[in-house]
Amino acid sequence: MPGPFSRAGVLAALIALLLACAWPGAAHADPAQSAQTARALVPSPQKGKGDACVADTDFMRRYHMTVLNHQRDDTVHNGIRTKQFSLKECIACHAVQGEDARPVSIESPKHFCRTCHDYAAVKIDCFECHASRPESNKAAQLPTGHGDGAVSALSRYLKGKGQ
Amino acid sequence: MTRRMEFHVPQHEKRGFEAAGVDRRDLLRGLVAGAGLTLASGVTLYAVGGVAEARAPGDPVSPEVRWGMLIDVNKCPDGCKACVTACSKENGWAETGSSLTDAQWIRKVEVTDPRTKTSRALPVMCQHCAEPPCVDVCPTGASFKRDDGIVLVDKHTCIGCRYCMMACPYNARSFIHEPLSDQKPHAPRGKGTVESCTLCVHRVDEGRSPACVEACHADGGGAMLFGDLNDPDSEISKRIAEYATQQIRGDLGTDPGVHYQNL
Amino acid sequence: MARIRYREIGSSTGFSALLAVLALFILGGLASAWYMEHHGHIVTGMNNLVVWGMPHVFAVFLIVTASGVLNVASIGTVFGRTPYKPMARLSGLLAIAFLVGGLAVLVLDLGRPDRLIVAMTTYNFKSIFAWNIFLYVGFLIVVAAYLFVQMERTMSGYTRAVGWFAFVWRLVLTTGTGSIFGWLVARQAYDAAVMAPLFIAMSFSFGLAAFLLIILAVCRVEGRDLGDGILTRLGRLLGVFAAAVLYFTSVQHLTNLYAAEHAGVERFILFEGGIYTLLFWGVQVILGGLVPIALLYAPELSAVRLRVALASALVIIGGLAQIYVIIIGGQAYPLVLFPGMDVQSSANDGAVTSYAPSLPEVALGLGGVALALAIAVIGLKILRFLPVSLADEIVDPAHAQTSGAGA
Ligand code: HEC
Ligand code: HEC
Ligand code: HEC
Repeated sequence: MPGPFSRAGVLAALIALLLACAWPGAAHADPAQSAQTARALVPSPQKGKGDACVADTDFMRRYHMTVLNHQRDDTVHNGIRTKQFSLKECIACHAVQGEDARPVSIESPKHFCRTCHDYAAVKIDCFECHASRPESNKAAQLPTGHGDGAVSALSRYLKGKGQ
Repeated sequence: MTRRMEFHVPQHEKRGFEAAGVDRRDLLRGLVAGAGLTLASGVTLYAVGGVAEARAPGDPVSPEVRWGMLIDVNKCPDGCKACVTACSKENGWAETGSSLTDAQWIRKVEVTDPRTKTSRALPVMCQHCAEPPCVDVCPTGASFKRDDGIVLVDKHTCIGCRYCMMACPYNARSFIHEPLSDQKPHAPRGKGTVESCTLCVHRVDEGRSPACVEACHADGGGAMLFGDLNDPDSEISKRIAEYATQQIRGDLGTDPGVHYQNL
Repeated sequence: MARIRYREIGSSTGFSALLAVLALFILGGLASAWYMEHHGHIVTGMNNLVVWGMPHVFAVFLIVTASGVLNVASIGTVFGRTPYKPMARLSGLLAIAFLVGGLAVLVLDLGRPDRLIVAMTTYNFKSIFAWNIFLYVGFLIVVAAYLFVQMERTMSGYTRAVGWFAFVWRLVLTTGTGSIFGWLVARQAYDAAVMAPLFIAMSFSFGLAAFLLIILAVCRVEGRDLGDGILTRLGRLLGVFAAAVLYFTSVQHLTNLYAAEHAGVERFILFEGGIYTLLFWGVQVILGGLVPIALLYAPELSAVRLRVALASALVIIGGLAQIYVIIIGGQAYPLVLFPGMDVQSSANDGAVTSYAPSLPEVALGLGGVALALAIAVIGLKILRFLPVSLADEIVDPAHAQTSGAGA
């Protein structure tokens, strides 16, 4: 039964995130190495497609649950179908390609929504109902944004955090 | 909400600056939208369903509208299950053979007059009552009626008590008895909550008609008509005004949004 | 009146053994709940038509009984019957214990028990179910207060007022529980105002029966006196309550028979329902109604202790059968979609739905019973709920003398 996540875990994750934010200098110095360190220490979600998230990245890191919950009520009760904070859109854009060239589902630790959550011991039940990956025919039309290699993606990811 | 506004604006500015990014995203969106259109053959739909003009995605549903359906039983062929199949495909539920525990958002019901032995079959789904008993009894308010008359379960607040299923006179609701996976992205469903026909709310919000109605016209007898019961000029309102139509268990005072003709 | 002395129950191997057995049942209930939660309700006998099953039979039974066991206290403090007063504390303790047991079963059967917090924070005030959440929580608080004013000597001036309040509250609570069913227009078996008074009568009867069984057992194990006089009185009362249940049951079925649209379900329950008909006549009416009444009013049969114990057990068995017939039988009978027509579909429309309770469901229900008993036993152990003696000359000196000669 999905219980409440541990406060301590969340705190740890936030501290880790803060630490990561103070890191861009190191990332500049040796992206590959710091990326590896980072992988060991902090969660490393893969970048979504495109260049930017639907809102400021820092804001999304901190408040994605708030905007999702708000969107959820807006959509379900008022039929508001804006795309910006739609969970369906998050999933479509943040799909992570798996071994079988299909986006991974929430079963995989590589799933975007699991990267930080596993680390922070956050448990969410959204994917008991919501599809955790885009439908295959639609996914096929989207570029994966995976070509430039994990390491450089990570280094860009870390740089992004410092801004 | 204030917070939402706060970053909403800068985000647009930001996008303005990052022209390249915008281009690419918009291109992608265009691609997806195009694909969706061809797949769903939306064009014919508007003609068939008689659906009012689509709302802007950011606008809330309006109580001016009451979505409903008219089913002409004479045009519903025996043995045709086009609506059932379409619903199942659209919303990702399937009959697994255990009819008592399977989700059945829509089913064909065979009604036989014991005296004359004449029988007919008609689709029955959530009747989208104006006075829904399921909504009255739901302890958390998860069962609710949207302003446009569509009766839904907010599965985020459904605790799975099943009192609504006790209260529904139409056997229209199903409880999800097993863990599910690979749901449709537009139709989330999960173990331990109650569900029923949503009148394809995700399609209606885009200005399309429900999957069953579309399929009934494409592959079935063209018995189903979807439209706005509040608009006196809609095809459905005109037909209801013109012909004698019935609601199932109209005597209970639930005022279903689904009407039947030639029952 | 002589001051009644109360004492905790003693430690013994029997006590530990009992707790161990109860703990085992509670664990079984929890394991079942986990199993049902993990696999979904597919592992139960419940389905889309019989949506409430064995857990609800037990839960409703426990909740109805909870308000009923409080009657002994009410008779004592509200209606001023002195002999019942010494048992008022136990009556309050049992009320809390049974309600907690019942609610635990209800909650653990939810499709999403993890969302309990939602149930506690979001309400739809049109729903009788939501009111019941308040009624239940309120009941616990009111009864706790009732116990407190009884046990804290400085507060004893408030006993009558709080007792009244608790009495009214419990009537409302049972009305609420009955209305869960009574307000369902969709189901032929339920749509009846008589459900509320019927449930009140049931609560009186089952509650007193449970109380009697428990006090008989505790006094026996503890070696405390329990007078024949007081037992006889309580037994007669149980007979009256059991008769009241029979009366309201017949009103329920007769009014339904009278209304043409409900005749079908009546025929089903009373004549053609197979197991439900058998449970109704055999267990509910005869075994759980007529036989106990006969036992309770036939003093020559055997010692009062044995008769009361037997009658109480039968009332409880009959009560479970009655709730089973109401809840399961009422759902098994098909919804009437098209009155007067034969109806058939892939969703079992128009046909009687079969239901067979599964082991996890029963285990969950029994777990709730065990939880209630465990709370009661632990309560008795740590606080002074039970008088040292319930002998007639102590609880009811006046009556003991007069009836002593006659009996
Ligand atoms: C159009 C594609 C797109 C959509 C839709 C989208 N994102 Fe993003 N998201 C991105 C990109 C690109 C980044 C990386 C931005 C950066 O590095 O600054 C990102 C970053 C994030 C991050 C920060 C991850 C980190 O590196 O720490 C979170 C959290 C996030 N997104 C959540 C969401 C949620 C929740 C939604 C749905 C409401 C969503 N995203 C929708 C593209 C998208
Ligand atoms: C029990 C099933 C269930 C669970 C669990 C669930 N949802 Fe939903 N969700 C739904 C349904 C059903 C809809 C309505 C879909 C529609 O109308 O298009 C929905 C819609 C939404 C929407 C609006 C549609 C969209 O894609 O943007 C959001 C946002 C959302 N849910 C967020 C969440 C979040 C966040 C969680 C986890 C905390 C969650 N949901 C858990 C069933 C569920
Ligand atoms: C940047 C790391 C990160 C990513 C990526 C991320 N989350 Fe989170 N999420 C968190 C943290 C940390 C919390 C806990 C925040 C708190 O409690 O204050 C959280 C909490 C949540 C919560 C609230 C949980 C609760 O129990 O209240 C939801 C819902 C949620 N995330 C949804 C998502 C979804 C959906 C995705 C994928 C689209 C996602 N998150 C991706 C870090 C992340």
